Amino acid sequence: MKEIDARGLACPKPVVLTKKAMADNDEILTVVDNRTASENVAKLARKMKAEVTIVEEAEDYFKIMIKKTAADKVEDKAGAAVGSESESQQGKVYLVASDTLGEGDEELGKILIKGFLSTLLDIKPQPKKVIFLNAGVKLAVLEKDVTAVLADLEAAGVKILLCGTCLDYYNLSDQVEVGEVSNMYEIVDSLNSSSTVRV
Amino acid sequence: MGPKALAQVLRRVNFPADPEKLLIGLDKADDAAVYSLTDEIALIQTLDFFTPVVDDPYLFGQIAAANALSDVYAMGGQPILAMNIVGFPSCLEAEILSQILQGGADKVKEAGASLCGGHTVVDEEPKYGLSVTGTVHPDNLLSNSGIKEGDLILLTKPLGTGVMVSAIKGGFTKSDENNPAVKSMLTLNNTALKYFDQYQINACTDVTGFGLIGHLLEMSENSSLEITIEAPEIPIFEGVRDFAESGLLPAGAYKNRDNYEGFVSESGKRDQTLYELMYDPQTSGGLLISVAKEDAAELLIDLYGEGLDVAVIAKAKKGQKGVKIEWE
Repeated sequence: MKEIDARGLACPKPVVLTKKAMADNDEILTVVDNRTASENVAKLARKMKAEVTIVEEAEDYFKIMIKKTAADKVEDKAGAAVGSESESQQGKVYLVASDTLGEGDEELGKILIKGFLSTLLDIKPQPKKVIFLNAGVKLAVLEKDVTAVLADLEAAGVKILLCGTCLDYYNLSDQVEVGEVSNMYEIVDSLNSSSTVRV
Repeated sequence: MGPKALAQVLRRVNFPADPEKLLIGLDKADDAAVYSLTDEIALIQTLDFFTPVVDDPYLFGQIAAANALSDVYAMGGQPILAMNIVGFPSCLEAEILSQILQGGADKVKEAGASLCGGHTVVDEEPKYGLSVTGTVHPDNLLSNSGIKEGDLILLTKPLGTGVMVSAIKGGFTKSDENNPAVKSMLTLNNTALKYFDQYQINACTDVTGFGLIGHLLEMSENSSLEITIEAPEIPIFEGVRDFAESGLLPAGAYKNRDNYEGFVSESGKRDQTLYELMYDPQTSGGLLISVAKEDAAELLIDLYGEGLDVAVIAKAKKGQKGVKIEWE
């Protein structure tokens, strides 16, 4: 059994030392001198699916016993990859709020945004929605090659939303061929409930 | 220092204040002091400094400046002048300090303010921050109180910088500009300001050391309104959930939890990690903007259009003052 005395060490040192010890040992006893560190060390161990027992607890003395379980020994590697892109990768919402992509030459920006939208067809996982706001609606309505791409996306089950206020502003409401005319509330709701990529 | 201990210290001290001129003073627990100069100009004064949150000195300087400048923005003002406060060990290379100061200077420049000098002392650990002066038209002054029934509260940056800083210090992740929390800490809180005169904004503050819950409690303090958090709407930085569950919640988060959880009620099934992140102390955190319900959607769209990772996270409802978390 490996013993770690992490008393007097500031966060996150007790956690770091315990994590290191867990890589090479099946049983670890960590001693800390405050409740914060004790809670954090216990969290780490539970996250790594080990058994945790607080064996001694006083105002400024906490002894935490950590025992790795069989399954946990295999999962060690996975535990090391914290912060990986596990969080909701599927079905993103793409927000197109301009008729160019990036800052710089406008001509180039227009070419880039068209290129971007056509690659959405091949993106895995498939986008959930593509929302067009402000000058973005010009792109969706006036640029025929974009309209064609959007029609393909719509056929593939991607929702295309066009901001109604924006269509009115640019006098484009009667020229919409692809997509649904949407209101602010629906747009806000879509943006709020999904992982959004701003284009 | 924790809010309870600090309050105890401050209670024993008599501070001079001209009640006619001091529009916002210590008693309000706001982001900065505000002093009336003329009918059209009020002065905003604030100061903030801390130990390094990232390894790169240039990035640290920028973050410290963005954090200090934020208090002026949270009052609805524009920073005009700043001065440095520096603690620096004699054993470190002077070049490191130059980089910290250049970071601060560049951020102040981006804010459109001037930076002129400051004060440096020898210290065991590097510390950097700024004292910032700003101005605001008294009519446009925003305090952290003033929320109205029905208001929606927007948060302009995701939560989790405290946990991320802890992860950086522990070597769990890198602190370059690709780190979403680092990028966010570098970002000035001035973007939302340009829309404030178009909409009915009733209160504003920034999320810093007392965490989301602490600052929302301050907003509810002088009202008879309950702030209801819609937990599923709260944005957090990628990776932060895993780090928090791995025991990287900073001590400040536990302190905030112990201080504030008595004022918090809940409904639905608690997400323990998100609950703890609501107490995570933030560095250069986002603004909390309390906006009239009918203006909220448009402000949200405007801020999205600016590229902000903004969300409507709470509502002001009639009830007992305090914070309620709705988990579903």
